[in-house]
Amino acid sequence: MSSDFYRDMILDYYRNPRNYGSIDDAEIKVHESNPLCGDDIELYIKLDKDREVEDIKFKGRGCAISIASASLMTELLKGKKVDELLFFTKKDLLDALGIETLGLNPVRIKCALLPYKALKIAVYNHLGKEMSEEEAHLLDYEGGVEQG
Amino acid sequence: MFPNLDPEIVKQDFPIFKRKVYGKPLTYLDNAATTQKPRQVVDAIREFYQSYNANIHRGVYRLSIEATEAFENSRAKVAKFINAKDSEVVFTKNATEALNLVAYSWGLSNLKEGDRIVLTEMEHHSNIVPWQLVSKYTGVVVDYIPIDEEGLLVCEELDRLLSLEPKVVSITHVSNVLGTINDVKEIVAKAHKVGALTVVDAAQSVPHMHVDVKELDCDFLAFSGHKALGPLGVGVLYGKRDLLKEMSPFLGGGDMISRVWLSGAEWNELPWKFEAGTSSVADVIGLGAAIDYLNSIGMSRIRSHEVKLTMYALRRLSELKDLKVYGPKNLDKRSAVISFNLSNIHPHDLATILDEEGIAIRAGHHCAMPLMTKLGVAATARASFYLYNSENDVDILMEGLNKAGRIFKI
Repeated sequence: MSSDFYRDMILDYYRNPRNYGSIDDAEIKVHESNPLCGDDIELYIKLDKDREVEDIKFKGRGCAISIASASLMTELLKGKKVDELLFFTKKDLLDALGIETLGLNPVRIKCALLPYKALKIAVYNHLGKEMSEEEAHLLDYEGGVEQG
Repeated sequence: MFPNLDPEIVKQDFPIFKRKVYGKPLTYLDNAATTQKPRQVVDAIREFYQSYNANIHRGVYRLSIEATEAFENSRAKVAKFINAKDSEVVFTKNATEALNLVAYSWGLSNLKEGDRIVLTEMEHHSNIVPWQLVSKYTGVVVDYIPIDEEGLLVCEELDRLLSLEPKVVSITHVSNVLGTINDVKEIVAKAHKVGALTVVDAAQSVPHMHVDVKELDCDFLAFSGHKALGPLGVGVLYGKRDLLKEMSPFLGGGDMISRVWLSGAEWNELPWKFEAGTSSVADVIGLGAAIDYLNSIGMSRIRSHEVKLTMYALRRLSELKDLKVYGPKNLDKRSAVISFNLSNIHPHDLATILDEEGIAIRAGHHCAMPLMTKLGVAATARASFYLYNSENDVDILMEGLNKAGRIFKI
C-alpha cells in the first residue's frame, strides 16, 4: 500500500535532505523539471583527479518522493567513477528506495525517477556520448509529464 | 418547491459506486476533471451498439435512419438545454476542440496584426493555447484580465482592456481551479459595446447550473459532455447562427459538404458544415441521455445541493489550521470546486495518501499553469463535487486529510 511508502526513512530523507545545495565549480550541472509534481531539480557533480565523484549535490522543490529519491541517489553515487554512472540503473535507485516492493503506482514512480533522468542526461552530455534510442525513449516515456 | 436532492438516492443510479478501491468505498471528488456515468447513459450507448448501430446521414436503410434520428434528437436536447436552436449546436470531440474551432475558423479569417484578444488569468490551457496559436499566425496581441487575492476578475482592468477595443473577449464561465463564477452576462454586454466577439468556456458551468445562451447573449459557448454525466468524446460548440453561417469550415471531409467537384466544394448547411467525418454517434446519443437525466433532477436543485455541500466543505476544511483554500469566499460567486494546499505537503503526496482511502482528488496544475504562477504555487490539491456527493464524502475527505497530517507530522 502506498502510504507505507511514507515511512520514516523516506520522510527523513525528505525533511532532512542529504547533500542539499549547489557546487559552484562542478564539472557536471543539469536542471530538469516535471510539471506533474511541480518538481524542479538541479544536480551538481564535482569530479576528482581520478574522475570519481568527489562531491554531489542537488537542490530543487518537489514532492516527498522526488526529494527523498534525489537525496538518496546522491548518497549512492558518491565515490563512483563517472563512467560507472552510465550503468547506474533505475532498478538500483528504486530498490534503494524500496519502491518496487511497496507497489507505488506508475504515476508516482515518475516522481522518483526525475533525479535519475537528470543524472542520465547530465552524464551523457558530460561524456559527449549519445544515449541509445531505446534509453532516450524510456527516459522520456517513464519520466513523462502530465498532459495538459 | 421541489424537495432537496438526496445524493444517496442519486448514487444508486451510478454503478461505479458499487466498487471498492483498496477495499474501501469510492469517494469520487474529481468531478471537474470528469464525472461518473449513470446507468441510463451507459444503457443508451449499449442500446445503440446492440440495436441500431449504423453510420448516420447517408444510409437509406432502417438502421441508419434510426441512428440519424437518435443523433439529431440528442442535438435537439442539447439545444433546448442551453436555449439554442438546433442548427446552432455543433458536436465536437470536446470543449477544447470547440474552442479551437472558433479560434481557427473565426480567428484566422477575421483577425490581423495589431488586433487584440482579451482572455483572463484564470483560463484553462484550452482557452489560452488556441489563441496563442492564432496570435502566432496573425500577430494579434493577447491581453489577460488579472485576478485579485480572492480569485475574482479585476473589473477596472477589464474596463481598461475593453477600452483598447479588442476584437475577441474569450473567458471562462467558471474557473476549474478557483471555482470562481464570472459575471459572464455583464462581461459579454460590455464586450459587445466595444464590438468584440464573445466566447465563453462553459465546461465547468453547464454541468452544474442553468446556462441560457440567449440570456448570456454570448456569440459562442463551449462545453464537454463528459463533465455533465455524458460519455467521454463529445463536446459542444454553440454559435450564433449568423456567425456560424459566415465562417469557413474548421475540418474538411465527408458530411460537411453539400457538393464536391475536383475544382472545389460547397459547404453543407448548419450545423453539419462543422462536423466533418463520422461523429462519435453512440456518445452523442449518450450525451442526450445524460441531459435527460440532468433534466429529471433539475439544474436548480443540483446547484442548490452543490452550494450547500460547498458551504459544508469550506466549514469543515477551515477546521484544519494549516490548510489554505483558494478562490472566492462568497458562495454566490463560487462553484463546487475547492482548490487547497495543506501545510507544506506537496499535493501529489496528499493525493497518494488520500487514494489509499479510496478518495479521488486531483493534484497538479489543473491545466492552468499561468494561474498557478499567479497563485505562487507549483500545484494545488482540488476537490470538486457533483450531484452524487454528500456531506459524508466531505467527512471522509477530512479523515484522509487528518491522516496525511499525522504522516507528515504537521
